[in-house]
Amino acid sequence: MVSELPWDSKSGTLRRDLAEGMMNPACANALEAAFQIKRRYGGDIIIITMGPPMAEEVLYEAIAMGADRGVLLTDPHMAGGDTFVTSYTLARAIEKECPDFDLVLCGCYTSDSETAQVGPQLAEELDIPGVAYVEQLEINNRTVRMQRLSDNFIETLEMDLPGLVTVTTQANAPRYPSLSGLETAFGKPDISILGARDLGLAPETIGVQGSPTKILDVYSSTAKKKNLIMKGTAKKIVDEVFEKFGDRISGAIKKDLKTHYHQKKP
Amino acid sequence: MNTKKRAIWVFGDYRNYFQNRVTLQLLAKANDLAPKISAEVCAVLFGQGLDQYVAEYIAHGAQKVYVVEHRSLKNYSVEKYAVLLERLANNYQPETILVGATSFGKEFAPRVAKRLGTGLTADCIGLEITEDGLLLQIAPSFGGNLLAEIITPNHRPQMATVRPGTFQEIPHNNELLGEVVRLPIQKDLPEDRVRLIANEHQAQRDQRIEDAPVVVCGGRGMGSKKKFKKLFDLADLMGGEVGGTRPVVYAGWLDTDALVGQAGKHIKPKILLSFGISGAIQHTAATTEADFIIAVNKNPNATMMKMADVAVVADASQFCTALIKGLKARIQT
Repeated sequence: MVSELPWDSKSGTLRRDLAEGMMNPACANALEAAFQIKRRYGGDIIIITMGPPMAEEVLYEAIAMGADRGVLLTDPHMAGGDTFVTSYTLARAIEKECPDFDLVLCGCYTSDSETAQVGPQLAEELDIPGVAYVEQLEINNRTVRMQRLSDNFIETLEMDLPGLVTVTTQANAPRYPSLSGLETAFGKPDISILGARDLGLAPETIGVQGSPTKILDVYSSTAKKKNLIMKGTAKKIVDEVFEKFGDRISGAIKKDLKTHYHQKKP
Repeated sequence: MNTKKRAIWVFGDYRNYFQNRVTLQLLAKANDLAPKISAEVCAVLFGQGLDQYVAEYIAHGAQKVYVVEHRSLKNYSVEKYAVLLERLANNYQPETILVGATSFGKEFAPRVAKRLGTGLTADCIGLEITEDGLLLQIAPSFGGNLLAEIITPNHRPQMATVRPGTFQEIPHNNELLGEVVRLPIQKDLPEDRVRLIANEHQAQRDQRIEDAPVVVCGGRGMGSKKKFKKLFDLADLMGGEVGGTRPVVYAGWLDTDALVGQAGKHIKPKILLSFGISGAIQHTAATTEADFIIAVNKNPNATMMKMADVAVVADASQFCTALIKGLKARIQT
């Protein structure tokens, strides 16, 4: 479980070396979308991941499921990067390893940090059109048509290839590796392992060094909870809850609540 | 010396009710932070027919509103809006840009940050100013179990997204004044590479408990199957889903697929309402990602009460009835 991982307080980063070996759920949906596209329209699937050496397991898994080739980006200099440098590093790897790509598929977010920022930033880095949170997609010649739910709007969008799509966990049901796939993966899988030098990236432009954001401190999220205790009659407590947390409740249920709003200031 | 006044910008997201609300909440937070760095609070608005939002944002604390109005901006466009905001930010150089973590904001803000070559922190639950005048961005990390304090020391603007409901808006005040800066649409904006074919507004659709913004969970403390049913009324009012503990599922008060626990569903609602649940680890382990927990229990020492943001010491069923009544009285229709 990623969520149970220890935080390395010295370097101020997650010990991802203990987290890897498990494919991020949304990325499994992105990979499944790739398999479905390949079945209908053909193509080669190259799976790219960045992480500690152990992250290679994810590539084996993807090849066992049907991916054609894997690329592992691993380098101590890449560690601890924020989404800005992660998207930068991934873009340079894509340009080097598969410059003629048609479509980049990403999971819409990772289960550990959930920023959902790498996909959109990767589209910027590659200077291609990009669409996030896609639930359905089909390809016609060089045009991708997509559907997604965005802030209560069902949007149908189109873009021309090459492009980038981030896929939600509702898009499809990821498959399991087949027996013949496992044989391929454990035979001679086509995996390239690249470091910063292979990509021509200076250490100060990647990883924790190159990240515009810096982590000052990390603590348990429950430590900061106020644990406000409320006692009294049920009605009185209900009034107090709305008085103190009306905005929060209104935001969560997306309904306007009569509270102190729109009253004249004394 | 730079004579330009420092500024905190809030992106005006207004397409839906809750999107507009988060903009007001961010304006309130910006008003809270701005005096500490002698900055002015500005809203930035793109679209068509924006007068009502301009007025609303000023009444909620925007001292200046930058407005770009044009029919080509009528529909939200990630690419076009990102280029526009990038250019405005390069021109006016705000210290900070805050964006609501709506679906749009979560796709839009990373692209703006990338174009501006700066950092961005997602889903902040707290924003403060450090002694050095930097924006301190407090955000959940690693599955929500940890909070990280993040700064952007050497890049400007400092950027953060914030989920709706995180901050409280300032009450509407018609006497507040603000400057409106109307900017012309730039002629050389790039063509949208992503084309909007259809755009259908949809209020609701079947949601899964894993994705529900509100989850109402009940345990044996609700007392009986009949009383437990009240939780469904509450969840309906709040647009949420009902979950429960294993004893409740065993007792037949709730279907197995609504079990919240290690062996059942893991939830991450904005608000978790927990009724009559003592808090066995099998259950609490699946609720640690809830943003905000209101727990109700007669026993103030129950584990669930200890891990809650608000611990209501009361009979779970009676409090549920009172809460339903209180909500019905307050929901504006």
